[in-house]
Amino acid sequence: MLELKHISFRVEDGGNKDILDDISLTVGDNRFVVITGPNGGGKSTLAKIIMGIEQPTAGQILFEGQDITALSVTERAALGIAYAFQQPVRFKGLTVSDLIELAAGHSLERGDLCGYLTEVGLCARDYIDRDVNASLSGGEIKRIEIAMALARGAHLTVFDEPEAGIDLWSFNHLIAVFQKLRRETRGTSLIISHQERILDIADEIVVLAGGHIVARGHKEAVLPKLLETGSSVNFCEGKAEQL
Amino acid sequence: MNQITEDLLKIVSDWNGIPDAAYNIREDSGCAGRRSTEHIQIDSKEDLPGINITVQPGTKGEMVYIPACVTHSAVDDLVYNDFYIGEGADVTIVAGCGIHSDGEEESRHNGIHRFFIEKGAKVLYLEKHIGTGKGSGARVINPVTEATLAEDAYMEMNTTQIGGVDSTVRKTKATLQQGAKMVVKEKLLTEGTQRAESDFVINLIGEGSGAHLVSRSVAKGHSEQLFRSCLVGEAACSGHSECDAIIMDDGKVSATPELTAHNVDAALIHEAAIGKIAGEQITKLMTLGLTEHEAEEKIIEGFLR
Repeated sequence: MLELKHISFRVEDGGNKDILDDISLTVGDNRFVVITGPNGGGKSTLAKIIMGIEQPTAGQILFEGQDITALSVTERAALGIAYAFQQPVRFKGLTVSDLIELAAGHSLERGDLCGYLTEVGLCARDYIDRDVNASLSGGEIKRIEIAMALARGAHLTVFDEPEAGIDLWSFNHLIAVFQKLRRETRGTSLIISHQERILDIADEIVVLAGGHIVARGHKEAVLPKLLETGSSVNFCEGKAEQL
Repeated sequence: MNQITEDLLKIVSDWNGIPDAAYNIREDSGCAGRRSTEHIQIDSKEDLPGINITVQPGTKGEMVYIPACVTHSAVDDLVYNDFYIGEGADVTIVAGCGIHSDGEEESRHNGIHRFFIEKGAKVLYLEKHIGTGKGSGARVINPVTEATLAEDAYMEMNTTQIGGVDSTVRKTKATLQQGAKMVVKEKLLTEGTQRAESDFVINLIGEGSGAHLVSRSVAKGHSEQLFRSCLVGEAACSGHSECDAIIMDDGKVSATPELTAHNVDAALIHEAAIGKIAGEQITKLMTLGLTEHEAEEKIIEGFLR
């Protein structure tokens, strides 16, 4: 499904800095993979590189056997990659239904539109005609972002910190959304997350720190080690530990 | 009425055949059709080009269509239309102007509209402007709107200029008595070397009066826009004006807000934002499968909706 080969991302920040250094990762079909690790470890950069928002300075990305390294964001979207932003974008004049229809790629019956919103715990009639602008709270816009990702129905969906910026009530509902997504195995989900309850439902956990994969494996093996540290952010940069 | 007029009417006033309402169609400075109804009287002015529209007190839910069309080049149209809206009436007025020109000489429409809105009356005023045709002659539309709102009257003006007008100077002036409210929503798109100027002066003279003015505009190509809003609070009142502009290519937009309070309880606010389309908005729509160009078009379509 997705194969990252020796991906590096280097920035010139008063000297060269490797945000990602020789990352190789293969993700299979219908998998639910969570990438975790400390802030600044390169997780969001990796997500952006998969979607094509950032270009790697070295390496190759294969999606369903096709080399997509040079493809644009639009081309990757057309191939079946979806992306939910950590900080959803706001628009003046575009409504919730506009964006969900764009995500679905065609116009939708009102019932279908409402279905996507209900799925993320929003009362559809209160939101369907609302502008996706600054009047929405962080929790509301985050759920709309996830509804858009669901409407895409993509083979691979990348969620960048879906829990960021949402309140506790929204978070509990979010977990239920991901549990349902997991149960119904709608394509492959790649989720950047710090949250234990999201890690808990993963098929596989990848720990990214200092631009390297420092641990990777099934949740049964990685989760206890993560919990032993008391936090998922205590991994030191170093050699990958294949569990 | 000729075919060009019919085509323009469809754009500027969603025309779908003769409406079951009062109407007056102005075509190349003449009258191409008129009807008064039981409650709404339309008469020619005796001293000036134009009409008087008189809405009887208490008229509810009726519409008035008064579009103006210029169908060729070298027309210099000037019209004075006065609206007398009786106490407690509630009507929708669909105005708008289309200029079609296939020639090389300038065509111009100057529409001067005055509204006298009596106590408790309510008016929704819809106005679309457009220029069409392949001629190099400039299409110029200069509307002047002057409104006097009596106690507790309400007026909403929705104005849209969506393309093809080479030059426009739009002047709107209103005076609001006690409890009167005015809402203005302006949408403007300029491209090429077009120029648009929008000038609002709203005097809030009555206690509890209020104005809400929102202008959204897009300047593409080498076009230029100037937005000026002046809210004057003479009593305990509220006024809010907002200018939001997207600039593209070499477009230029200048916004000049002006707030004047002559009363300690006047609450006046102005907001202005001018800038290009945010890169993250384009990226977001690209992740949904749109090309960069499609994303820009979609963002502008929504912004000017």
